[in-house]
Amino acid sequence: MSTRVDALVVAGETLSSRLFLGTGGLPNVALVGPVLEAARPALVTVSVRRTSSLAEGGLLAALRACGVRLLPNTAGCLSAREAVLTAELAREALGTDWVKLEVIGDERSLLPDAVELLDAAEQLVGRGFVVLPYTTDDPVLARRLADAGCAAVMPLGSPIGSGLGVLNPHAIAAVRAAVDVPVVLDAGVGTASDAALAMELGCDAVLAATAVTRADDPVAMASALRLGVEAGLLARSAGRIPRRSEARASSPVVGRIG
Amino acid sequence: MTITCNGEPVAVAAATVADLLERRLGDPRPAGVAVAVNEEVVPRGDWPVRRLAEGDVVEVVTAVQGG
Repeated sequence: MSTRVDALVVAGETLSSRLFLGTGGLPNVALVGPVLEAARPALVTVSVRRTSSLAEGGLLAALRACGVRLLPNTAGCLSAREAVLTAELAREALGTDWVKLEVIGDERSLLPDAVELLDAAEQLVGRGFVVLPYTTDDPVLARRLADAGCAAVMPLGSPIGSGLGVLNPHAIAAVRAAVDVPVVLDAGVGTASDAALAMELGCDAVLAATAVTRADDPVAMASALRLGVEAGLLARSAGRIPRRSEARASSPVVGRIG
Repeated sequence: MTITCNGEPVAVAAATVADLLERRLGDPRPAGVAVAVNEEVVPRGDWPVRRLAEGDVVEVVTAVQGG
């Protein structure tokens, strides 16, 4: 029996795990170390915001101390123009070409704006970025993003911060089938079973933020999500039984008394 | 002269980006910070020589919690 599965490779780089972790919503910086130790994420996302005090750099210092790989995002950007400038600022501030590209259509739904997203992705790929776009669960848009040169696609399971899990498993499986780049389930994860389901559906990794940072016990949930991702990946590679509409006994039929 | 820094009008005597950072953040070369002037990123190495002009729109950003 083998439980070994290949490591995830994005843009030619081998990542240390299949869980990406967001830091948004963490109640205090002191939790960064214990949460990262429990989650063991391959990438940790941060946002880029205006600053007027270097005291705000406490998070970055804590993340650097843990030696994690940072993935800046363009969260909150409403246009390709804003997203491209934010990505350029992140590259300068953090020294990484990798960017989680978010271009949202409005601040209520936080759903991606497909037109601006694709425009921003094309521009950033052209400027040498490794682009990981947060996108809808639309396989056609996912293919357009992959064709534009994105290093992965990150479809939502459900709206950001909703914790509703994977609302349309068929769409996520369709995204997986539509592209050759890694698929990272992004947004909507509420608990470990959501992460496991995403992996069983064929995703290559899972990104979670709120599920951990706003859990009653963020450290315990970080461990749970790590195990959920591992369990889902292992279950997928193990080959699940087909679903049947009727019962099928697992105990022998012959030799029963009476 | 007056510039716009992080969305607010500011009267500054600062001649360069490094001067502005020194005045606002107390450090002319703060780690983990990036600067854009008029929507163009100014590389860290250019901060001491990039001069500011009346009406410039400056963004000073750093990494914060995010998902």
